[in-house]
Amino acid sequence: MGLGDGLKAITQLPYLGGSQVQTKRGQEQIGARPRRFKLTLATREALWAYAFLLIPLIFYLFLRIWPAFQAFWLSLFSWHVDPAQREFLGAGYYRDMLADSKLHRALTNTLLYAAIIVPAQLVLGLGIALLLNVVTVFRPLFRAIYFAPYVTPAAAVAWVWGWMYSENFGIINNFLIEWSIFWEERGLPWLVIDPQPFLGDPDQALFAVAVVVVWKQLGFQVVIFLAGLQGIPRMYYDAAKIDGANSWSLFRYVTLPLLNPVMAFSVIISTIYALQLFDEVVNINFTDQGGPLNSTLTIALYMYQEAFARFRLGYAAAVVVLLFVLIMIVTLVQLRFFSKRVEY
Amino acid sequence: MATRTQRRSAPRSQRRFRMRPTTILAYTLLALGTTVMVFPFLWMVLSAFKDAREIFRFNFWPTQWMLANFREVLFDTDFPRWFFNSLLVAVATTASVLFFCSLVGYTLTRLRFPGRTLIFILILATLMIPTEMLVIPWFVISADFGWVNSYWGIAFPGLIPAFGVFLMRQFFETLPRDLFDAARVDGINEFGLFWYIGLPLVRPALAALGIFAFIGNWNAFLWPLIIAKSPDMRTLPVGVALFSGEAGTAWHLIMATNAMAIVPVLIVFFVFQRHIIEGIVLTGTKG
Repeated sequence: MGLGDGLKAITQLPYLGGSQVQTKRGQEQIGARPRRFKLTLATREALWAYAFLLIPLIFYLFLRIWPAFQAFWLSLFSWHVDPAQREFLGAGYYRDMLADSKLHRALTNTLLYAAIIVPAQLVLGLGIALLLNVVTVFRPLFRAIYFAPYVTPAAAVAWVWGWMYSENFGIINNFLIEWSIFWEERGLPWLVIDPQPFLGDPDQALFAVAVVVVWKQLGFQVVIFLAGLQGIPRMYYDAAKIDGANSWSLFRYVTLPLLNPVMAFSVIISTIYALQLFDEVVNINFTDQGGPLNSTLTIALYMYQEAFARFRLGYAAAVVVLLFVLIMIVTLVQLRFFSKRVEY
Repeated sequence: MATRTQRRSAPRSQRRFRMRPTTILAYTLLALGTTVMVFPFLWMVLSAFKDAREIFRFNFWPTQWMLANFREVLFDTDFPRWFFNSLLVAVATTASVLFFCSLVGYTLTRLRFPGRTLIFILILATLMIPTEMLVIPWFVISADFGWVNSYWGIAFPGLIPAFGVFLMRQFFETLPRDLFDAARVDGINEFGLFWYIGLPLVRPALAALGIFAFIGNWNAFLWPLIIAKSPDMRTLPVGVALFSGEAGTAWHLIMATNAMAIVPVLIVFFVFQRHIIEGIVLTGTKG
C-alpha cells in the first residue's frame, strides 16, 4: 500500500466533488457515503492496522507467549540438547521439587525477602514522601538524592555494599568499633555495639541483602507516593478541618484512603520485584552465591544455577513454573485486598 | 497539613523562612536519610582512589588520589567494550520501544479492525509472565537460531515491552478523535496520521517511556549474563560483575570498576533529574 493511497481515497469521496465521481450514481448519493465505499474504507483501515501490528504480533507470539508455554512443556521432560533424546517425565520434576530441601530454602527465603522488603518500602517510602511534602526549599534536591540509587545498576551497587559489609575490612564494622570506643570512654557501655558478621552469618545475611534492596528501590516508592500526595485535592483537607479533624485523623481518614490506589501500585510493584530478586543476591556474595549455607538463596537464583551452571534445564523450568504461580497468586490476592479497601 | 495552610496565608517573605518545629524535624530526618543514601556512593568513589594497601585501612580521604586503579581497569580489561555494548544495546532497544510501543498503542486505540480486543488482551497477558520464566526457552531458541553472543541476542527480549504498549495506549486514548478525522479528510494516510499527528501529541509519554526503557536495558543483568558468553560481548553490569568476581580481594580495582559503571549513570541522572523523575511518575501513575 503506497503512501498516496489514502490521499487518492479522499479525493474520490463524492462530497468533495472530485471529477471522477461526478457520475449519475455519485450525484444521486451526495451527502451520504455510498455503502460500497464505506466498506472499502473499513477494510482499508483494518489492513493498515494489521500491517502495523505484523511485527509486534510475531514478536509477542514467538518470543513471549510461545516461550511461556514452552517453559511448562520443558518442565515435563528431562533435558537434552537434541529434542529427540528428551525423556518424558510428566510430573516427575514436580515430585522432585517436593523433596528438594534447597528449593524449600529458596522458597522460604524469597517469601521472607518479600515480607521484609514490601512493608519496609511502603512505610519508609510513604514516610519520606510525607516529609518531602512538608519541606519546600530543598525538596527537588532531596527527591533526586533519594531517587539516585534507583537508576544505578543493581549488580554494581551490590558490590559496593558487599565491601561495606565486609566483616574485617568493612566501613560499617569500623564505624561500630569507633562508636563503641567513643561511648565506652564516656562511661556509657550500654551503648556499645559489637562488630557484626553481616553477610558471613546465615542468620544475618538475608536481612543485610534486604537492606540493600530497600535502599536501592526506595526512591521509586518515594517519588510515586509524593506524586500521589500532591494529587490529593486541597478541598478534602479543608472540608475535614472544618469538621474539626486533627492532623492524625486528616492522615488516617483523608490521606490514607485517597492514597489507596498508589499504595496498591507500590505494594504490587515491590512484591513482584522482591519475588524475582536476583542481581543483588548474586553480586553481594559473588564467591558463594546464595550463601552462606543457602541463607540468601532466592528462587530466581536457584533457577539460574540449575539451568545454567548444572544444565538441568527441565528441572529449572519446573522451578520457574513454581515462581510464576507464586507471583500470580500473590498479585491476585493483593489486587483483591486493595480493591476491597478502596470502598470508603 | 496544618503547617501548609498557615504558611500559605502568610506573606511570601515569611513563607520561605518560617521554621516550625515540624519543618525542622522534617529537614533533620531528611538530612539523616540523605547520609544513608549518599554514603555508599561516596565510599565507593573514595575507595576507588586508594591503592591496594590503603584500601584496607579506614582513613576516610585517600592519602594520595591515585588514578592508577582507573587506568588499570580501562586498559587491562574490556571495560570500554562493555560500555560500548551497553550503550549500543540500550540505545537500539529504546528506539525500538519508542517506535513499536507507540505504533501498537496507536493502532489499538485509533484504528478499528476485527480482533482488536483479542490482540490487546493477548499483549496484556504477557505482562504477567516474569522474565525468569522466559529465559530458559529464550536460551533454547537462541541456541537454535545462533543468537548466542550477538547484539540481537542481548537486545531482543526488551524490544516491545507490553508495559510500554499499555502506557502508550493510555495516552493515545486521551487524544480527541476529531483531530484525526480532520487530518484524514485532509488526505493523510494512516501511517502519516500516526507519525505526524499522533506522535507529537504524546511527546511527554514518549520521553518518559524512553527514559524507563533506557534505564531498564542499561541495568539489565540476568539475560545478558546468560546470553553474552564471550568477554567482548558482555554488557557493562555483566562485565563489571564478572571482572569483580575474578579480582578476588583486589577491592581497589573492584571499587574502581564499579565506580566507573555507576558514576556516569549518576551524572546523567543529576543533569536530567527533573525530567527523569517526572517521566517515572508519569509511567508509574498512568501505566
